[in-house]
Order: sequence, then structure tokens, then C-alpha cells
Amino acid sequence: MNSPGAPALEFRDIAKHYGETSAVGGVSLTIPHGQFVALVGASGSGKSTLLKTVNRLVEPTSGEVLFEGDDVTGLPLPALRRRIGYVFQSIGLFPHMSVAENIAIGPRLAGERLSRQRVGELLELVELEPDMADRMPDELSGGQRQRVGVARALAGDPHLLLMDEPLGALDPVTRDALGERIRGLHRELGLTTIMVTHDMAEALLLAERVLVMDAGAIVADEQPAALVAGKGGEVAQALVAVPRHQSERLAELSR
Amino acid sequence: MNGLWDALLGLGDQLAAHVLLSAAAIALGIAVALPLAVWASRSERVARASLAFASLVQTIPALALLALFFPILLSLRAIFGEGLPTLGFLPALLALALYALLPILRNAVTAQANLDPGVIEAAEGVGMSFRQRLLLVEAPLSAPYIMAGIRTAAVWTIGAATLATTIGQKSLGDPIFAGLQTQNWVLVLAGCIASASLALVADTLLGLIERGFRERRRGLWLGGLAAVVLGVGAALFAQFGGGDDEDHIVIGAKGFSEQYILARLIGQRLQAEGFAVEYRDGLGSAVAHSAAASGDIDIYVDYTGTIWTNQMKREDNLPREQMYAEIVEWETENTGISVLGRLGFENAYGLAVRRDRAEAMGLQSIDDLSRVAQQMTIGGDPEFFERPEWIAVRDAYGLRFGELRNFSPTFMYNALQSGEADVIGAYTSDGRIEADDLVILEDPRRAFPNYDAVLVLSPAASRDAALVSALQPLVDAIDVEAMREANLAVDREDNKLSFDAAARLLAERAGL
Repeated sequence: MNSPGAPALEFRDIAKHYGETSAVGGVSLTIPHGQFVALVGASGSGKSTLLKTVNRLVEPTSGEVLFEGDDVTGLPLPALRRRIGYVFQSIGLFPHMSVAENIAIGPRLAGERLSRQRVGELLELVELEPDMADRMPDELSGGQRQRVGVARALAGDPHLLLMDEPLGALDPVTRDALGERIRGLHRELGLTTIMVTHDMAEALLLAERVLVMDAGAIVADEQPAALVAGKGGEVAQALVAVPRHQSERLAELSR
Repeated sequence: MNGLWDALLGLGDQLAAHVLLSAAAIALGIAVALPLAVWASRSERVARASLAFASLVQTIPALALLALFFPILLSLRAIFGEGLPTLGFLPALLALALYALLPILRNAVTAQANLDPGVIEAAEGVGMSFRQRLLLVEAPLSAPYIMAGIRTAAVWTIGAATLATTIGQKSLGDPIFAGLQTQNWVLVLAGCIASASLALVADTLLGLIERGFRERRRGLWLGGLAAVVLGVGAALFAQFGGGDDEDHIVIGAKGFSEQYILARLIGQRLQAEGFAVEYRDGLGSAVAHSAAASGDIDIYVDYTGTIWTNQMKREDNLPREQMYAEIVEWETENTGISVLGRLGFENAYGLAVRRDRAEAMGLQSIDDLSRVAQQMTIGGDPEFFERPEWIAVRDAYGLRFGELRNFSPTFMYNALQSGEADVIGAYTSDGRIEADDLVILEDPRRAFPNYDAVLVLSPAASRDAALVSALQPLVDAIDVEAMREANLAVDREDNKLSFDAAARLLAERAGL
């Protein structure tokens, strides 16, 4: 499937309109293999919509998305989605299935059985005990549930991990720990990762490339250090100002 | 209390029929509602339209819905042929299934609408197809809610199925309607207790299944399901296990005591001659006639005046012999029904008043009545004021009553005694005319036609020589005194006889 030399992902002039309103207006973008990209912006900036054009939860009005060189509209939908891990804010564990059944659902749809051992390995990847496999989702904490959500996304050995506010509903301590783990997984498994977030601090600390979206367009495309150094323009800097101000206040307090 | 026990123990057959009818109606309701709910979850318009339709059906009284299926099925015979049954199981099944639709559909649609959107997004995100999403996610998550809807439907259906009696389907409504007819409260109570108990048992078992789904306990819902299947299976065995019932002779009866007794009289005779018989009681007048023409029933007793005015739409009035001859000819030519003969008594409509009132007010004929009618209330059975006979009498004498009131035939006589009605549309063979000391007002203008009781056979039954010869002795065998006595025996307050016992009494009196 992998066309040699093709980038992991390429957006070509992607636009999405809902009636009169334009959610995404003509975005072109290339993401190489192995990159961890954060897509940052305020609510309604179009970042989630852009993300979902990749696994076709949203069909763009015009333009095309190439996944490892293939136009995603040319691939059968179930096959496409099994090759792309997807993690999102409301987690969406199936409440009537055990943790193990939730994790194994993707392979099961493809007609494969995931071994007990493999489920255990996936749980260990997200720092959960393998004996959690038989629990039901409603017996887990919010952080544990999202870890299971990540394990489920990884069960099909995807090359690409899409995350839509994966940490949005978690408490700060859990959030920090899971963020670190996701970054570790990205590196260990050689994934290409796109994470949508409205939290610039999270983006700066986890990603190696930060895209800032505003009103359906990408207004900044910088490395974290460059953004902290003041690059990226007005919208990006307004977002960077928040964590900067917070860290200055904290520094004052510790003096 | 013993009487109640006996009545309850005698209901096995009706219980089995009731279980089968209700189970079939609920199953059909589920089979229609679930695919509709899936479609509705994908289309807002389908959801609105199907729920609106189901709610509309619910506003139709169950009794009317059941009755409506008779003409509907009759007209569908043009498509499906003459073999399509218009009475009994099929119309009852269709009407009850329509009734069961709403709770199942509403719960299924609500369950689908309330599914966690995150779960749906996850199902799509992991690459489920439409079918996989339905089977692996939506169905198991909606199951407890759908089951709750099925429970509600079951309780409604079991209750409403008692009304199937009125369209000739055996059910636990049989004792209720028969008991209401004769003020036999033990029978009514037995029917109510049996159907309420059945509803409770069904509710409990389906509740078990619902809980099993909700708590994801396979043993619980499998157990509940097994119990339901066993119950329906037992009812099936009770109904059909005892050999074929193809050559049963079906005897129809309209909804009043005389008809129940005559049906038993005919049934007892036929059983003595080795026929297997089955009763369809409580039929409406028009329904009974059509049912005989269509072969849904084989035999029933009708009255010449009823056929004359209601079926033949005649407004004139001929002498007795001439009218009878014309009826026999008309039936042969138009419906294929065979009028075997007259039973020997007349059960005419007549306007009855209490003797003390009649004497005090100087009432002897309907002419006398028309002068004072303005201040009076007339009571009639639910059919009476719609019947052409009443309209003919009303117009012939220019009757203008102060008030018209409907009563069940039994309560009509009580109403006359208590003064709630001053005049009633009574039946001349009714035992209560003598017992209650009533006077039938004369009809000098001959507005009421003759009402000789006649034995009516369906086209198929009339070709059965053995059947015809077994029935022949009934012709001209019953005089009006014997009929009144038998009627009174089931209608009186104390020492009531059952229909079977009254039929035996009548046979004895008539020398059969």
C-alpha cells in the first residue's frame, strides 16, 4: 500500500462547507512520516473538521486527502479506518463490551482474533495492568478509559494516529501522564500522529510541529521553539501568550 | 367460591387461544416495529410518520379497530380469493398487532435516538459497516429499552384480546361477554382474573428478559425467553395437539341469551350425532349473516325480520308466509345461504312498558304512546336505534321521545324497573317480559315485521346431508313459551342456569 517516497499524509486544497458556512477553506498541507503534529485553534476554527477528512468521518466539499499516496476516497471505508487509529474526547468505549473486547474490536471486524497476550501487551503499552482486560468500561476511571481508547486505536497496528482532543476531558495530573505516554508511543511505534487541541501549552510540549488554525485556514506552521520565540503571527502569538503568562506568574510566585 | 373455581378451571381452551392470539400479535408487532425503527433512526421523516401513524391507531378504540377489519378483509377477498378468513383469528391478529406497534416502535426509536453519540462515532471510527454497527452496537444497547416496550405491548395486547370475542375469535373475553349478557358475575370475574393473571405472568417473564439484557446476564434473559417459549408451546399443543379440527362444525351466536342457548341446543344435538362442534359467540347481527355467507360459521339462528330489513333492505311489510318465501329465495340467489326452516317461535321487536305504568297512563298501542313520548325516555340495546325497524316504527307513528338511551340487553330491563327508562325496545321471546310483568304495546300499523326464528346454514353446510338431517328435527319444534322459559332461566337474578343447562331444559320442553 505504501508508495515509496510518498509523505504519510497530504491535503490538497481541502474545503468543507456546511450550507452557507465554510468550516475549512482550501487547506493544503504535507505531513512526513513519523511527525508529531499538533493542530491548534479556538473552537470553530475548523481543526476537528480538517482532521476528520482523513478517515472520512467528514467528506470534504472539494479537494483531496492522500494517505501514504492513496486518495482516501478510493479506499474501502472499513479498510481505511482500520489502518488509521482514532482517539477522541468522548472516548466512546462500547459499554456492553469488556476492556479486552473493546480493544479487539477492530481486528474482530477484519475477521481476526486478537490473542489474550496481545491484549495484555496493548494494555501495558498504555500503562494499564493486563488483568484489567475483563473489566467493563463503567468500572474504570476517566483516565483509564482513555488509555483503553488509545489501546483500541493501536490494536490494528496503524501507521497513522488521529487524536481529537484526546486529553480534553481528563483531570490535569492524568492529562499530563497520558500526554507523556502518547508521546512515548509515538516514538516507540514509529507513528505519524496528528493531535487536535485547543490548549497551546499541550501542543508546545508534546508536538514537534504546531499548526495554528483560524476561521478554516492554517495561519501558522512552526516548530514549538519558534512559536515560543515569537514567530507565527498574531493569532498564534495570542494563543502562546496564555501559557507564557501562566509560567511567568508561576515563576514570580516561586521567587 | 366453588363456582368461581369451576368457571376458572373451565377456561383452559380459552386461555390457550388467548395466549396464542396475543403471542402471535406481539410477534407480528415486533416484526414490523423493529425494521421500521431501524429505518426511522436513519430518517427523521420516517420516524415522524411512523410514530404519528402508530399513535393514530392507538386513538381508535380497540373494539372499533377489531370490527373494522371485517369489512377490510372482506374487500381484500377481491385480491386474495374467497378463502381469506374475515372473522376470527386473522382480523383479531391484525388489529392487535397494529395496537402493539406503538409501544414497541416508540421505545425502539427513543432508544436509538438516545444512544451515546460518542459510541456511534467510535463505531464509525473503528470501521464498522452499517450492518456491523446495527448488530454489534445499536441492537445490544437498545435491547433493554425495546424489551420494556414489548412488555407494555404485551400487557395491552393481552387485555385488548378479550375483545376478540366480538369478532368470533375464541379468547378469555368469552366468559366476560357471556357473563355480562346474563349478569353472571362469576363468569365475568373468572374471565377478568384469568386475563389479568396472564398479563401479570407475561409481564414478569418479559421483565426477566429485560433485566437480563440490562444487566448483561445471559442466564436471566435466556431463562425468561425459555419460559415464554414453553408457555406459547403449551398453548399451541393444547389448541392443535389433540388432532385435527378441520371438520368442526362452527355454530355462531349473536350477543344475547337466546342466541347462546340456541347455539348450545344445536351443538348438543350435533354432538349427539357424532359431529365435533365449536362456538363463535357474541357476533354482531350483520357480522353473523356475512360470516354464514362466507362460510366462517356453518350454522346460526337468525330472524326473518332482521334479514328482511337489514340484508334485503326492504321497507314494506308482507304477510308472514309470503315474507318467509321471499327471504328463502333471496338468500339462495344472492348469498348462497340456505334457510333450513323456522324454529317455531317469534322473537319480534316490541316496545315494552311496565304494566302499572301502562294502566296508569292508558297505554295499549304505540299510537297511545306517541302522544306522551315527548316526556319519556326510551331504552334500547346498542344496535336498536340504528336498525331500520326502529326507524320504520318511529316514522310510522311519528314517535318523538324526550331521550334515547343505550343499554346492554340485560341492563335494559333493570333500567325499566328502576325508572331510568320508561319504554324499552324489548324482544318478545324474552322471559323477563312475563317475569317483570311488562306489557308489549300493540302495533296496529304493522310497522314491525315478523321475526320468526330461522335456522340458517352456510352454502357448504347446506350441502352436508348428514348435518341437514341432524338439524331437521329442530324445525317447528320450539314454541315461544319454551323459549321464554329457557331465556329466563339464564337471565334471572337467582338460581341461574348455564347456557348448556338451559339448552338441555329447552330440548326437554320441546320434546327433542
